[in-house]
Amino acid sequence: MNLKVSASPHIRDKADTPRLMRDVIIALVPALLVSVYMFGYRALLIISVTVSSAIVFEFACRKIMKRNQSISDLSAVITGLLLAFSLPPEIPLWMPVIGSFTAIVAAKQLFGGLGQNIVNPALAGRIVLSISYPAEMASWSLPSGRPSSAFSFSPVFETDMITRATPLQMLYAGEGQMTVGMPDYLDLLIGKHAGSLGEISIAALLIGVIYLLARKVISLWTPLSFIAVVMIFAALSGHNPIYHLLSGGLVIAAFFFATDYTTTPLTRSGKVLFGIGCGLIAALIRIFGSQPEGVSYAIVFMNILTPHIERITIPLPFGGGRK
Amino acid sequence: MFKLDYFSGGVYPNPNKNTLFYPTKRLNQFPVVRIPMSMHIGPPCSCIVKKGDQVLVGQMIGEPTKEPSVPVHSSVSGTVRSVHKEVASSGRSVVVAEIESDGHFTFHPDVKPPVIHNRNEFIRALRDSGLVGLGGLGYPTYAKLQPKEGRKFDTLVVNAADSEPYITADFRQCVDHPDEIIDGIRAVMRYLDIPVARIGVEKNKPQAADVLLYELEKVKHTAGAHTSIYLDRLPLIYPQGAEKMLVYSLTGRKIPSGGESGDVNVLVLNVSTVRFISKYLKTGIPLIRRRLTLDGSALRTPCNVNVPIGAPIPDVISAAGGILDEEKDSVKIILGGSMMGVALDRADASVIKYYRALLVFGKKEAEVPPEAVCIRCARCLKACPMKLVPATLDKMARHKDIEGLEQYHVRDCIECGCCAYVCPAKRYLVQSIRNGKTHIKQARIKEETRQ
Repeated sequence: MNLKVSASPHIRDKADTPRLMRDVIIALVPALLVSVYMFGYRALLIISVTVSSAIVFEFACRKIMKRNQSISDLSAVITGLLLAFSLPPEIPLWMPVIGSFTAIVAAKQLFGGLGQNIVNPALAGRIVLSISYPAEMASWSLPSGRPSSAFSFSPVFETDMITRATPLQMLYAGEGQMTVGMPDYLDLLIGKHAGSLGEISIAALLIGVIYLLARKVISLWTPLSFIAVVMIFAALSGHNPIYHLLSGGLVIAAFFFATDYTTTPLTRSGKVLFGIGCGLIAALIRIFGSQPEGVSYAIVFMNILTPHIERITIPLPFGGGRK
Repeated sequence: MFKLDYFSGGVYPNPNKNTLFYPTKRLNQFPVVRIPMSMHIGPPCSCIVKKGDQVLVGQMIGEPTKEPSVPVHSSVSGTVRSVHKEVASSGRSVVVAEIESDGHFTFHPDVKPPVIHNRNEFIRALRDSGLVGLGGLGYPTYAKLQPKEGRKFDTLVVNAADSEPYITADFRQCVDHPDEIIDGIRAVMRYLDIPVARIGVEKNKPQAADVLLYELEKVKHTAGAHTSIYLDRLPLIYPQGAEKMLVYSLTGRKIPSGGESGDVNVLVLNVSTVRFISKYLKTGIPLIRRRLTLDGSALRTPCNVNVPIGAPIPDVISAAGGILDEEKDSVKIILGGSMMGVALDRADASVIKYYRALLVFGKKEAEVPPEAVCIRCARCLKACPMKLVPATLDKMARHKDIEGLEQYHVRDCIECGCCAYVCPAKRYLVQSIRNGKTHIKQARIKEETRQ
């Protein structure tokens, strides 16, 4: 008789890494649908380009580095999706490929791949693009909101798509107050305004968040502290805090980028500190900086601080620890 | 009743209590038993029989050398076939007495009820009985009964949580012998002058709670009885039965890191341990038999058995129904529960005093998932009842980062297995953290030899 030997425990929970990743992808689907509905086929094109190029770069990288293939863990798909979600709908289609390259090759695989990267790959890709191509990364079109145009795959641009300022840019111009001509709260909630592909519809994002919470994939410590700090800071500076919450990338950043496992602290108090830090930096950039939006810089900056945050938030064990 | 305080963390594995309602089978047909001289935490006993000696049931065959240690008794009557060294599954070498049973189970004349008048005689008697904690740790019980300087037990906590999956041995103990359990609790309270006892039973075993409550109701009406024995129903969560968690759940006190239950004035005993005490006081039969849960997908008939200590494991398995034909070529045999038990690397090990279960996993159940990379999902942190950071400890242990391991409190790990259970990357966190503890010990030894 053959005896199998292994260390305890001898039973394991069914959940595995691909399942967690699949849950995140499922949670992003509502926002994906809204972006396709609002921006039409271009949204779908950009998403396909980022996702497929992310998978190709991941595959090639592992091949060249002679490592085990890792595309089946689905993390490259998430990176591709999140990168697309942070791009404007008018971006030339070759640019997302550069973004994918930065995300997968430079930010992720060169650091050792899944679980080893220091900064959020998708955000690294986005930041490189917005620094390299500031004009293209800030050309916003108003969503047509017409499903008929969304599914007509003609390469001709819709004539009623006017390049418009995002609500956050308008807020920035209006010194933090709601002015005439700005989308109202309901428009912000459902996504009828200019912005990056995935960030526009708060409602769609929140549906995904509810799913992730129900599946216990993310916790609320980071997102809530992140959002709370931005809103408090905005209110203290005389800005409209609700507008700060609903416009720009705050919601997608807090719930989907700042909850990335690898690049954020493990400990609960670390997660809160991380959220507070993100909120402070994002609010500072939004209110006093030269750019209307700062959530991506805030998160990447805090990503770098993550090991240090963990070191100062080692939890006290049950029983108080030994002297 | 005051509000109970529960610990954080823990996991919810499938309880798999398949053997709850099968009466315990008493198995005796073992031609040979192999009794190791070390079945407790502490220095091993020296064997006082030699090849060819005749021994009787309950006769001492292993004598304690240094404290804390308890004697080893023969579980059968017959002839000593050999006394030899073996490598146990723990990796340590241990002296084993192999005894051929004559099948008569004739008791030794010295087996008679102990005469006890006071606390010291009680402790002495429990030492002579060979009793160790039957819940799975195997620490000599008598040594637990003496609180440290300046401490006094004010609460006896009786562990009937049975929180490991599969195991129902303690549940059967409650259902079959509630009277002896209450009697044992009262004896301990009487001799050690402990005013309060609390029994913890998990909510998914209401029958156990019911029979114990019924028994408590009965003794309430006997003269001079202790009425301060309480029964608490605990939420179903693993590791509810771990000492630190149980004491916290039942008394709200936290055992300090590196400390023991005595530091918070609590004595913790397993239900099977208190039941043994009651039986021993009445009969004087030392610890020579053990109730085991036999379960797992490869077994033909999962059940509870009562077997002599030293019974060879393959014989126990076949006497209890055997292994399914389709699983015969490859199985995983686990001594103890599925969360903390030891997988045997040799089938000829024997039943020892403190393992509560013997699990035989078939091919599918025994499959070892491949280890993936840590994605830092923090599930292990949420699951850890000790509030440690298993993911970081894992990394540090693999890098032999002694300083980091100490900083992250590696020695507080109780090795309950919750972290590895929930890990989506299927990492061997417990194994790695155990290695981390060894690295610290080795570094200490190196330090000491240098000085």
